[in-house]
Amino acid sequence: MVYTAVLTLLSHWRRHPGQLLTLVAGLALATALWSGVQAINAEARASYAEAAATLGQDQLSRLSRADGRPVPLADYIALRRAGYLVSPVISGELRDGPARLRLLGIDPLTAPPQTGAPALEGEALDLAAFFTAPGLLLMTDETAAGALPPDLPPIVLRDTVPPGAAITDIGTAARLLGQADPNYLLVAADQPAGLPPLDEARDLRLQGPSTTADIGSLTDSFHLNLTAFGLLSFAVGLFIVHAAIGLAFEQRRATVRTLRALGLPLRTTLVAFGLELAGLALFSGALGLVLGYAIAAALMPGVAGTLRGLYGASIPGTLSFDPVWALSAIGMTLAGAGLAGLQALRRAAQMPILAPANPRAWAQASARSMRMQALAAGTLLAVGVGFAVVGGSLEAGFATLAALLLGAALILPATLGLILRLASRSARGALSEWIFADTRQQLPGLSLALMALLLALAANIGVSTMVGSFRETFTGWLDQRLAPELYLSIADPGEAESLLAFVRPRAEAVLPIVSTEIPLAGRPGEVFGQVDHATYRDHWPLLAAAPGAWDRVADGEALLINEQLARFAGLTLGDVLEITPDLSLPIAGVYSDYGNPTAQASVTLTRFTETFPDVPVTRFALRVPPEDAPALASALRDDYGLPPDGVVNQAQIKRFSLSVFEQTFSITGALNVLTLGVAAFALLTSLLTLATLRLPQLAPVWALGLTRARLARIEVVRSLILGALTFALALPVGLMLAWVLLAIVNVEAFGWRLPMTLFPIDWLRLFALAMLAAALAAALPALRLARLSPTTLLKVFAHER
Amino acid sequence: MNVRLAAALLCLISPPVFAQGFAGLGTEAGGFAVPENPLTFDFPADHGPHPEFRIEWWYLTATLTAPDGTDYGVQWTLFRSALAPMTAEGWEAPQLWMGHAGLTTPEAHFSAERLARGGIGQAGVTPDPFAAWIDDWAMVARDPVSGDALDALALTARGMEFAYALSLTANGPLIFHGDAGYSVKSAEGQASAYYSQPFYTVTGTITLPEGDVPVTGSAWLDREWSSQPLSEAQEGWDWVSLQFDDGARLMGFSLREADGGRYTSATWIEADGTTQAYPDGALRMTPLAEAQVAGRSVPVEWRVELPDRGLDVTTTPLNPQSWMDVTVSYWEGPIRIAGTHPGRGYLEMTGYE
Repeated sequence: MVYTAVLTLLSHWRRHPGQLLTLVAGLALATALWSGVQAINAEARASYAEAAATLGQDQLSRLSRADGRPVPLADYIALRRAGYLVSPVISGELRDGPARLRLLGIDPLTAPPQTGAPALEGEALDLAAFFTAPGLLLMTDETAAGALPPDLPPIVLRDTVPPGAAITDIGTAARLLGQADPNYLLVAADQPAGLPPLDEARDLRLQGPSTTADIGSLTDSFHLNLTAFGLLSFAVGLFIVHAAIGLAFEQRRATVRTLRALGLPLRTTLVAFGLELAGLALFSGALGLVLGYAIAAALMPGVAGTLRGLYGASIPGTLSFDPVWALSAIGMTLAGAGLAGLQALRRAAQMPILAPANPRAWAQASARSMRMQALAAGTLLAVGVGFAVVGGSLEAGFATLAALLLGAALILPATLGLILRLASRSARGALSEWIFADTRQQLPGLSLALMALLLALAANIGVSTMVGSFRETFTGWLDQRLAPELYLSIADPGEAESLLAFVRPRAEAVLPIVSTEIPLAGRPGEVFGQVDHATYRDHWPLLAAAPGAWDRVADGEALLINEQLARFAGLTLGDVLEITPDLSLPIAGVYSDYGNPTAQASVTLTRFTETFPDVPVTRFALRVPPEDAPALASALRDDYGLPPDGVVNQAQIKRFSLSVFEQTFSITGALNVLTLGVAAFALLTSLLTLATLRLPQLAPVWALGLTRARLARIEVVRSLILGALTFALALPVGLMLAWVLLAIVNVEAFGWRLPMTLFPIDWLRLFALAMLAAALAAALPALRLARLSPTTLLKVFAHER
Repeated sequence: MNVRLAAALLCLISPPVFAQGFAGLGTEAGGFAVPENPLTFDFPADHGPHPEFRIEWWYLTATLTAPDGTDYGVQWTLFRSALAPMTAEGWEAPQLWMGHAGLTTPEAHFSAERLARGGIGQAGVTPDPFAAWIDDWAMVARDPVSGDALDALALTARGMEFAYALSLTANGPLIFHGDAGYSVKSAEGQASAYYSQPFYTVTGTITLPEGDVPVTGSAWLDREWSSQPLSEAQEGWDWVSLQFDDGARLMGFSLREADGGRYTSATWIEADGTTQAYPDGALRMTPLAEAQVAGRSVPVEWRVELPDRGLDVTTTPLNPQSWMDVTVSYWEGPIRIAGTHPGRGYLEMTGYE
């Protein structure tokens, strides 16, 4: 019986293939966007987890020097000779122009089992070749196919090595990096009996296993961002599904009544509806998965580029297929379809068995339900404001966003109703009064689609405002910060003398740049040493500065920190920051430092070299008259013999920095367009649904003399007006969104706050897009109306509907 | 370190005790030196490493007794394996080192392993004053000695659950196996340089999970180096060092060949250190009983016969489960000897993986 019932219900779709298409497309789109975003996130997370598990960092403690310098080889040997099971790692980066390769040199002979040294498993490795020069590099084929520094040892492909990195013998790493001392020691979980605890053993710092990868917490914001977009798209997709299912149900009232009258039990009817919905959801979900995979695969290289550029996180630019991902996406589709079809099922359940098969426009929202919705919206908005005020975390930031968006969407129908009621007072003549009245009557049916449109528009405005503000601030900051005309780098610190002798007579100033990575206030950080020069005094934007800040820094009595460090660690002017046990200085200023999530501190070069005598100066910034820069650059290459990438001019760096940001926001842009497209589609399906249901309302107007063409034009205009009103409401919501993104989410995610800039031209463009979407959505129903057979309209009277 | 890597490493590093999967070592010397007959020894230099040879070891076994009469056994081994016939300073030195330590009680057997590379000081051997070490495991000359550099040694090792610290004093000379130290290992003529100090008396302390136990006993140090000690057809070996109550000693080994054949060799050592080497076939080693050890069947009781000396003894293990649970595992433990020549000794069996 169920089978027959399902067949009967399904016959509807055979007669309405367009509706079927809408339903399937809606579900598939919702699934696609959601699953696509999830796939990207999952890939990236897996990659972070892998990176965190590299060399067992997630399970093993490490020993390193408090000042961040390598552990002297003699100290390592002394620990081994004392009986401790520690294993050395030499890590570093090989650079050649844009080519980068992170080397992880391990000692497989002493590496604890948790190290896994996964890359050493698998195909038999020529161990003699691994241990002896030139050695072997283990890396993924993707890394191997990318830009690599020249003159590398032979490469062996292993897919378990983190992207952008190569695992090799410590001897090979030592030779390639020119460093004999291990950067840190891995500590075996179990130590032999009878040894004193390791943390008393030496002046080395013992760090516990890092359970969450630093990079994971840095990139959380990015993934939350993607997830938020994915959810938004999913919600918008469900609006479409809701509309399509609602329509299909209305159209099948007669069928259902007939089935029930023929004796089909209510339970079986509901089961049949459920089965139909599940089947459709499964089919559309599968389709959506394929689409989602395609979207993710297309976005993946961009995402990888962004994460690398912005956070230094390496993830593969390719996507792997994960069955768990597919299952969860299908599950999400089923749940979503169930939610969207709930109303239809409830109606089917409540329908009296012999009720007239009376299709009618969606129930008009009573004043009461409208008030309820407005009340819920008000609560949500209050919650949003509450989160914004309490704040303090990324989650709170996104909760603010969600509450604001949802609240604004829920309050939309009431607001539109109010506007229409106010506008109708100025209506002159029966026709315009009818138009207003009819529009208000349609509001409940269209409200879901309009809410979707509002969400999409607001997200668009918010994100583009954020991106625009970001870009403007960032380019301004780059111009200011990158004042030196040329940047030089040398591979061999011994070369510094001769290079300086060459450039000193030719440049107005030579500014050494030296830095070392060291944790600051417990976070990954970097310390810079710089000379006192007008370049810094004039161009470094200080967000906060104590009196005479630059002089105090120059005297070695104070230091500067970046905004990120100040925010994360809650440091203010005058606080003392400990860089190493030997170097603690008060903070004299806070500088802005966009495009970098890590903490930074800057001290005078003298202080730096006192504290880190082993860090060589291999980078220099040159001040020359801008017009002389190209000539000096070519002189350095041709006459002095610096390799081409040893000289970089300011413009190149700016271009590179900007390209990283453009890449970041191209993903946001792509998701934005997709969301807007989905919203337009939702509007179209709602209008199509209404078009069929509204015949009883249109027939009398037509009978009174309005032509079908005129009615159709009115439909389009109405859609445009509703679109415009929605846009008008979306604008403040979008700006609010931008503010939350800039003032809350960004600060939490990156540690910097950007001034908000408004871009009215963008709004105009978006307004045009919204109008286009509304017009396009209304076009098809309007066209149908214009071509509607008069008999169809007459039937309304004949059937006394 | 993963097992596969370790196994592969041991193929590089292993002495003939790990005969299985011994490609690369069985046949080719590949640029390495090979022992030539006659050998001339130069001490104390020859107590130190011979990097021009592919493999080498310092292998000590001790049979010990506690005041309550309980027997124990201790093993301390340092293997050297060269990737290239040269030494160097720093990470890229092509010399790999492996240490094995074992401690056998009647109820338990403990084992531990350490790996290291040469060139950085983590492991190595110096001949004068003598010191062999890997991490905190060490076999070093105890005092400035007047006689041989190996005459007085201090021995330490530590595992997760055990440790020992022993003091060794030699009361006899070094002895040389085969033809004055040129020890042939197969009918095809593969050979190694092989000498021993079988005359140590031992005092010291072993540390068990239950606590420290003072012990006394005797010990035997083997020194061997080569570059291609095994024939390709050989699968493993069964080796004994026997100390008879009358003061004489016997070193014997039986190399198992894939076709079921055996290649045997023995050295009879009088109490005063005079030796007689026996060629293939003179010594007979016959398995008498097998035991299930670490999931495999291992012949833990043997009949050892050397008719020329009227020797016909059977050996029983102190602990049949004397399994060295290291990356390439083998059986090594103290034994008791009964028959024509009662005494104690050590048994090593490899290739039963």
